[in-house]
Amino acid sequence: MIAINDRESFTILLKVLQEKGYTVIGPTVQGQAIVYDKIDSIQDLPVGCGDEHRPGGYSLRKRGDGALFGYVVGPASFKKFLFPPSQKLWQAKRTKDGFDVQKEKKERFKMAFLGVRPCEIQGIMVQVQVFLKGNYVDSHYQKRRKDNLIIAVNCSEPGGTCFCTSMHTGPSAKAGFDLCLTEIIEEKRHYFVAETGSPGGEVILKEVPHCEASASELKHRDQIMDKAENLMGRTMDTSGIKELLYRNRDHPQWEKIAQRCLSCANCTMVCPTCFCSHVTEGTDLTAQDVQRVRSWDSCFTSDFSYIHGRHVRHSTSARYRQWMTHKLASWIDQFGMSGCVGCGRCITWCPVGIDITEEVRNIRLGSVPNPNDSAKGVHDEND
Amino acid sequence: MRTIEDLIKEHRFFKDLSSEHIETIAGCGKNMVFKSGEYLAREGNPADQFYVIRQGKVAIDIVTVEKGTVIVQTVQDGEIVGWSWIIEPYYWRFDVRAVETTHAVALDGKCLRGKCEKDHDLGYALLKRFSGVLARRLEVARLQFLDVYGVQQGQAAVQKTKGKRHGTK
Amino acid sequence: MARSKTDPMTPAIFHVKRVIRETEDTFTIELIPSNGTTGFSFKPGQFTMLYVLGAGEVPISISGDPFEKRCLTHTIRSVGNVTRLLQKLKAGEGIGVRGPFGSAWPVKASQGRDVIIVAGGIGLAPLRPVLYTVLKNRKKYNRISLLYGTRTPEDILYHQELMKWRSQFDIDIHVTVDQAGKSWKGNVGVVTTLISRIAFDSTQAVALICGPEVMMRFTIQEFRQRGLNNEDMYVSMERNMKCGIGFCGHCQYGPYFICKDGPVFRYDLVEDLMKVEEI
Repeated sequence: MIAINDRESFTILLKVLQEKGYTVIGPTVQGQAIVYDKIDSIQDLPVGCGDEHRPGGYSLRKRGDGALFGYVVGPASFKKFLFPPSQKLWQAKRTKDGFDVQKEKKERFKMAFLGVRPCEIQGIMVQVQVFLKGNYVDSHYQKRRKDNLIIAVNCSEPGGTCFCTSMHTGPSAKAGFDLCLTEIIEEKRHYFVAETGSPGGEVILKEVPHCEASASELKHRDQIMDKAENLMGRTMDTSGIKELLYRNRDHPQWEKIAQRCLSCANCTMVCPTCFCSHVTEGTDLTAQDVQRVRSWDSCFTSDFSYIHGRHVRHSTSARYRQWMTHKLASWIDQFGMSGCVGCGRCITWCPVGIDITEEVRNIRLGSVPNPNDSAKGVHDEND
Repeated sequence: MRTIEDLIKEHRFFKDLSSEHIETIAGCGKNMVFKSGEYLAREGNPADQFYVIRQGKVAIDIVTVEKGTVIVQTVQDGEIVGWSWIIEPYYWRFDVRAVETTHAVALDGKCLRGKCEKDHDLGYALLKRFSGVLARRLEVARLQFLDVYGVQQGQAAVQKTKGKRHGTK
Repeated sequence: MARSKTDPMTPAIFHVKRVIRETEDTFTIELIPSNGTTGFSFKPGQFTMLYVLGAGEVPISISGDPFEKRCLTHTIRSVGNVTRLLQKLKAGEGIGVRGPFGSAWPVKASQGRDVIIVAGGIGLAPLRPVLYTVLKNRKKYNRISLLYGTRTPEDILYHQELMKWRSQFDIDIHVTVDQAGKSWKGNVGVVTTLISRIAFDSTQAVALICGPEVMMRFTIQEFRQRGLNNEDMYVSMERNMKCGIGFCGHCQYGPYFICKDGPVFRYDLVEDLMKVEEI
């Protein structure tokens, strides 16, 4: 285990990345929010900036220290760099009797993501499963992901809507990173404990001044991270959650949620795993050049389920049920993992503060009994 | 030659009836042949019989001003047509027309009604079977009413506005 | 499906051979792969994404003969922008094709069994490749029946072919319509009424069903009464689709993506879902 001793060494880390041709993308402060964007120097980072997360509410605060990663997460995850909100898939030129698909210019993406939270690493892993591990490979995602470097930063101070411990994705990163840092601020010292997760990470670290971490430094890190586990603002009981949601498609709670839900799609836009998209046709005025453009879509919009002149999911309750059941249950059948990473964004950025962890509890109340339980004779004789 | 009793006995509609009841029913039956276009029943007439179709096909019709004669359903070999004889006020609700040469056993409903009144076991056995016929007709009618293969309303609306837009150009 | 080197979202170019009018709102379009492409293979039940420049892309079931590798055939109801433009295409014009995608009817697995094909409306189109296949290998199957229901006599698809097949006497064909006038000599009544008219051995029969969901549900009820198990029935499902390959999320149906887990499902796998409103 390695220690990077000061902010100056951190500046060198940025320089090394840039020299190796990486576009460094990390946290910045823009419009009173943490926004992941291009980082040129350490000044671009949200120095001394913290944030507050609550259902339907988010604000930045001054921490009073020099922390570089003292916030939790921003509204948009790193998803937007690998799976852009709007992206050209291909383009064509009209010909006499049809069209020719134009050869694409070779684009190269060499992005280093800095300050990736453990839950966001899992968010990337989930989308990798969707776009790269099935029978078909999304070449657009692959192009952006291929030379991707992930520098994770562990979450020493989880936020009010976080529940990554419940989803087993944080607060410490276990895998999926090239380099993982824990930021430690002591009264007189500001340093990072670093861990490499790939040969690529080792190559980078080699060029950054560092030394072997001392036993006391490691101990301090472990103390911070142990404490972080208990600072989660929320929890979710995921036991038997797939069956729970499949069994409760008629639960009255869906209707109750629909009374609050605005069907605004915010939760799907901020979610690091939501991957739904639609493809539209873009033409110039002469209709000679055509682009096929893929954009993020949401299962909360009415057109999402449109077929043969009607919307299959016309009610908000059906749309919320689809979103939550997909995220927490059918995702497991589809991709062998949960679609929720416990980042809490859908709670923070829901304008009416609908809380997915709370709604799972509500579905458990008055849930349709598990038929396997009654088969075992587990019921009260006085029922 | 096979008797009407044999025909009734073999028919699945009368399956499991006692031989005594079969004999009673057969006693009210006679063989008939209808040429294509001939009517087995006319809407509004007293419903004094029902038919077991032995061979051929009949159409249950409604005459409309807007669409002319509309066939509601066709009934063919092995099926039964006519339930009005067992339900008050015993008038045919629809026309029944032979679409092709049709051999049928006509059963005298008036005669059977009398026998059912005297023998409620027979009445129950027949009513049970005819409620099955009614339930099937209702199911078919409901599905037809849905017009499942038709253009959906939303779609029709889209087409309509599109048409209008073209019209104003 | 093999992993392809080209992007699965980019279409191949096909040229229109001809457009055949089937009914007032339905047509069949025959396509030929453009130069350099050798033929086209698909399994009965699969679909493609058809793309018209300037309009967009739609998922359409393949309705042609699987043994005819040089010609790709679709039967389409013209109800939207893209399908209306497809109908107006002239011979020689180029369109984009991606696919074939999705699951297939269990044609091979049904050998040695009684095969009952039940189609409602345009649902006959994705089943026609099954008919071509089983009739070409007629000896490998026991009884073959086709039950076809549609709206009116004018809406009957593939009229000539149905007549031809009927005259072969090795397939039992029953056609019915929901509405007809006096001149119609055929059957009137929903497609479920035809089931009582065919003979099959429920211990070894398989039913392949395609049509509106409600028609499929009632057909299934009828077959259950005749002794068929849920595992012996197959249905083809339909939802909004933008990609055909499991990326866009639109066609989700419970745990399934209709584009890659379907469109053809064994009924026992979707039985619960077919009863859920707005799923």
